[in-house]
Amino acid sequence: MDRSLPSPMLSAHHLRCSRGDRTLFSGLGLSLAAGRWLQVGGANGAGKTTLLRTLVGLNPPDEGEVQWNGQPIRGSGREDFRRACLYLGHQAAVKDELTPVENLRQACAIDDQALDDAQAADALRRIGLRGRNHLPTRVLSAGQKRRVLLARLLVRPAMLWVLDEPFAALDTGAVELMGELIRAHLAQGGLAVLTSHQPAPLPAGERVSLDAEA
Amino acid sequence: MNTILVALRRDLLLAARRRSEVVTALFFFVVVVSLFPLGIGPEPAMLRRVGPGVLWVAALLATLLGLPRLFASDHADGTLEQMALSPRPFALLVAGKIAAHWLLCGLPLVLLAPLLGLQFDLTAPELQVLMLALLLGTPVLSLIGAIGAALTLGVRGGGTLLALLVLPLYVPTLIFGAGAVEATSAGLGSTAQLSILGALLAVAVFFAPWATTAALRIAIE
Repeated sequence: MDRSLPSPMLSAHHLRCSRGDRTLFSGLGLSLAAGRWLQVGGANGAGKTTLLRTLVGLNPPDEGEVQWNGQPIRGSGREDFRRACLYLGHQAAVKDELTPVENLRQACAIDDQALDDAQAADALRRIGLRGRNHLPTRVLSAGQKRRVLLARLLVRPAMLWVLDEPFAALDTGAVELMGELIRAHLAQGGLAVLTSHQPAPLPAGERVSLDAEA
Repeated sequence: MNTILVALRRDLLLAARRRSEVVTALFFFVVVVSLFPLGIGPEPAMLRRVGPGVLWVAALLATLLGLPRLFASDHADGTLEQMALSPRPFALLVAGKIAAHWLLCGLPLVLLAPLLGLQFDLTAPELQVLMLALLLGTPVLSLIGAIGAALTLGVRGGGTLLALLVLPLYVPTLIFGAGAVEATSAGLGSTAQLSILGALLAVAVFFAPWATTAALRIAIE
């Protein structure tokens, strides 16, 4: 990473998003500096996932703009942003027929990143899936599938992590491990945006609550 | 090119793990084509007359059978979102998936067709033209079908809707594909029909991945 560049920063201005004819939030602005994290709070259905999807560019906002390093993510800065951003949503994005190693390697191939079997196996071992590398993912539990997905955090270098409910379905050990991963990521100057209903084992971060708009 | 191969390899790997889905479409093709001689009766002149059309209609339906699955599982488990967010061009990943669909659902039909054509008493030159026409025509079926599959993604009862949407668009391919074989039987030569099939393929290769990608973006919004 070239240190002479200005520190990466995620910002959003005057975002308005709606589902059908219901406005979820409007006039929402936020900015996040390197090494900081943002917790998106709000009741079920308040629009947390929509905000996250808007921030990564999956949903275009009705109004406003999301910027990465001062470049709009849907325009000139798109390629840069996509390399810098890792979004892990609700859905596992894990194929039942493939083994965890194959799942991880295929995900990296799609992201244009080289990963060999040994690196994939190492990441899975660190995330706590030792000895299950050659079973089809179908036989794993929900929490273990979730770990296969989270293993991507270890193998894909990305400045910005956007995580939708990263602690869901995880046991206490895994929650602690995720907390460690995110803390290490922040310490290296990374950014994280996450939604969580549980208290996250993380240092104080920025907060945005969507409840007032609902 | 590398991007297309990534998606292609991935879908082939997945297909290797669920072989039954691929084999089902092939058996469907074989069974449907074989039912006609049994139903119509063993009259060579009649079979020769209907043969090309039957083979083409069966190929159309067999291709259609695999289409709903083209994007459905990737959409359901969120892989499609990851593809849309990838630094790689989404349209090329989609093109790779379509190529995989053709390799699994189209190419086997091309290879099986001469064998099934024998049931209809087609001659060697006719079988050659049939294969060539299918080789040019089945990728068009996969490409056009992918647009339909993307448009009906996430719609309840999407399979039926997909058939209604896509089958009319298959008509030109059907006419010129079956026409190529009939022209050969009549001794007219099939260059004209094969050229038109080639042109259809060129247009479809250019536009279909792009249109499919646009439809997929709407589906995952």
